[in-house]
Amino acid sequence: MKNLFYGMQPVCRKEFTHIVRDPTTLFFALLIPLIQLFLFGFAVDTNVRQIPTVIYDESQTQESRSLVQSFAASDVFRIASAVQSPDAMYDTMRSGKARVAVRIPFDYARNLQLGKTASVLVLVDGSDSSIAGIAVDASTGVALEQSLMRVPGMMSPAIEVRPSVLYNPSTRSANFFIPGLIAVLLQIMIILLIALSLVREKERGTLEQLKMTPIAPLGLMVGKMIPYGALGFGELCMILTAMRFIFRVPIHGSVILLLMMLLPFLLTVLGIGLVISTKAQTQAAAFQLAMGTVLPSVFLSGYIFLTATMPVFFRGISYLIPVTYAIQILRGIILRGATFADLWVNVAVLTVMGCAAILLAARAFVKQGAG
Amino acid sequence: MSAASAVIHAENLKIQFGDFVAVDDVSFEIQKGELFGFLGPNGSGKTTIIRALCGLIPLTSGSATILGMDVRQHAKDIKRHVGYMSQKFGLYEDLTVAENLNFYAAAYGLTGQPAKARIEELLELTGLRPYLNRRVSQLSGGWKQRLALACAIIHSPEVVFLDEPTAGIDPVARRSLWDLFFQLSGQGVTFFVTTHYMDEAERCGRLGYIYMSKLIALGTIGDLQKLPDANPAGTSRLEIATLDASKLLVELRKAKGVREATIFGREIHALVETDAIEALKAQYPQLTIRTIDASLEDIFVTLTYAIMAETK
Repeated sequence: MKNLFYGMQPVCRKEFTHIVRDPTTLFFALLIPLIQLFLFGFAVDTNVRQIPTVIYDESQTQESRSLVQSFAASDVFRIASAVQSPDAMYDTMRSGKARVAVRIPFDYARNLQLGKTASVLVLVDGSDSSIAGIAVDASTGVALEQSLMRVPGMMSPAIEVRPSVLYNPSTRSANFFIPGLIAVLLQIMIILLIALSLVREKERGTLEQLKMTPIAPLGLMVGKMIPYGALGFGELCMILTAMRFIFRVPIHGSVILLLMMLLPFLLTVLGIGLVISTKAQTQAAAFQLAMGTVLPSVFLSGYIFLTATMPVFFRGISYLIPVTYAIQILRGIILRGATFADLWVNVAVLTVMGCAAILLAARAFVKQGAG
Repeated sequence: MSAASAVIHAENLKIQFGDFVAVDDVSFEIQKGELFGFLGPNGSGKTTIIRALCGLIPLTSGSATILGMDVRQHAKDIKRHVGYMSQKFGLYEDLTVAENLNFYAAAYGLTGQPAKARIEELLELTGLRPYLNRRVSQLSGGWKQRLALACAIIHSPEVVFLDEPTAGIDPVARRSLWDLFFQLSGQGVTFFVTTHYMDEAERCGRLGYIYMSKLIALGTIGDLQKLPDANPAGTSRLEIATLDASKLLVELRKAKGVREATIFGREIHALVETDAIEALKAQYPQLTIRTIDASLEDIFVTLTYAIMAETK
């Protein structure tokens, strides 16, 4: 056992010295994820509000003005302009000045008075799918509300749904996105740090020298993982602090449990960094490979899109992405106050992935004696 | 000089990467305390042989032992008895001299008092003591090489492989590094040195010349000078003193019976068919022409041409 990890201690000590010797790199490594947290944390808000809306009211009646009032009163729409012709209405849409257009026909009021169904045209800009869906729902809601008001004697609807949002009652985007963002930011930072550190040794020829010493492959790898794992852990604590006290995202579960359960995630991303370092011959190549992990981790991990609604193939891929499991742990503990019993599967999967990545890297490293 | 007493023993080494044969049927023996020089153009297989002897790459066929240990079975044990210094130094530039020494000592399992004592010894040997706390990036090429050597022999290896150890350093630093090699070799350390420099090759007790993956010459300088291939039958080596060497060189290369001609300062060394010498002397009566022994460079050039002619 000792032989398998031979050389771990001197490598680890040397690596810490490298880190301390280069405070600029250390500073940026720690600072950049924090800056990104601030950028994305404040920028990302998926709650759609105040969609610019253009009104083309041909009816110009009390009834039509009441309908426009309803649109204006909802938080979803914001009346951006009123136009007097269909062309002007389409122009406003095409130029992007309005995302929604409401056209009230000249016979709107008359149809209502005759007890017929009065139709209203609502045009929705489909170029932004999240806006489109919400605008359609909200305009249906406005129409329903107006219709009910016209039923005599009906002061309140017969059925009322009272939604109660658990765990994130204000449905703040920050609460949902920042826990996921932590996993993505940590991953890219750690992969880059460890992969570059190993590939640098390749470029400078020190790796060749190390291979001539009795240092075992696992000793070298674990020796490198300890310092960069420690840096990643420090960064995690900093980001969590910023999340809690600057973005005011409450942590409902145990912070200690959260930190412990994320250790296997650190192990996995360190392992991925090692695998990348065995494939890349130059620091530039390592950088490219590390960046290649970012998009799948963002889009296929459930960070932005629900994995449950993905096509089967992509759902399969999402199971192979470590961030998927880290996000389960982060959201589970931070938002839902989940316990170990709720989340242990994620920890198990990450542990297996991490060990597999490290063994894969160690094997490639031994084979590359010829490299 | 039996196989058993040889420190390095290589027999019919063959190393292949896919279809490419990097080392082809190479055999040699190196005795304890020898300073063995290994020459050959870039890409001829020198570094590959070192890496194979250290167990970093597998032999395709053939066998090799170091200190009696088979490189196939005992790669790990061999590492503890072998030092290696490459042309790339293998030093950490952002660490200090002391930190590099401490790291490599620990890498070989040397810690505490024994490590301290060994580092003291090496500082004495290499004269690095004044630079102990300086970062490697601030050292000159010569001092870097000395430090690289100190790191390579920190575990007191019996065998040291030096892969172009003096590439790119100045002649003074080169000479003092070679003095170090001789000093260690005198203490019984066996050296296997690859080099491009003929003056360095001449310092080696014995030489091997590898070309196109094959070992084409092996022996002392005296042995090599007597090689039939280096002195093709019916030819002589001439030294021709002239005032306009470059002009004469062009003429000589066209002249009948001249196989090779090259400039050495103000003289031309030529390999000339013996029956053509008289004609040459008649053609250039004003020049001093005398017969000489082949220099090391002459030998290698002639051998290389011979192989090139064969492969054509």
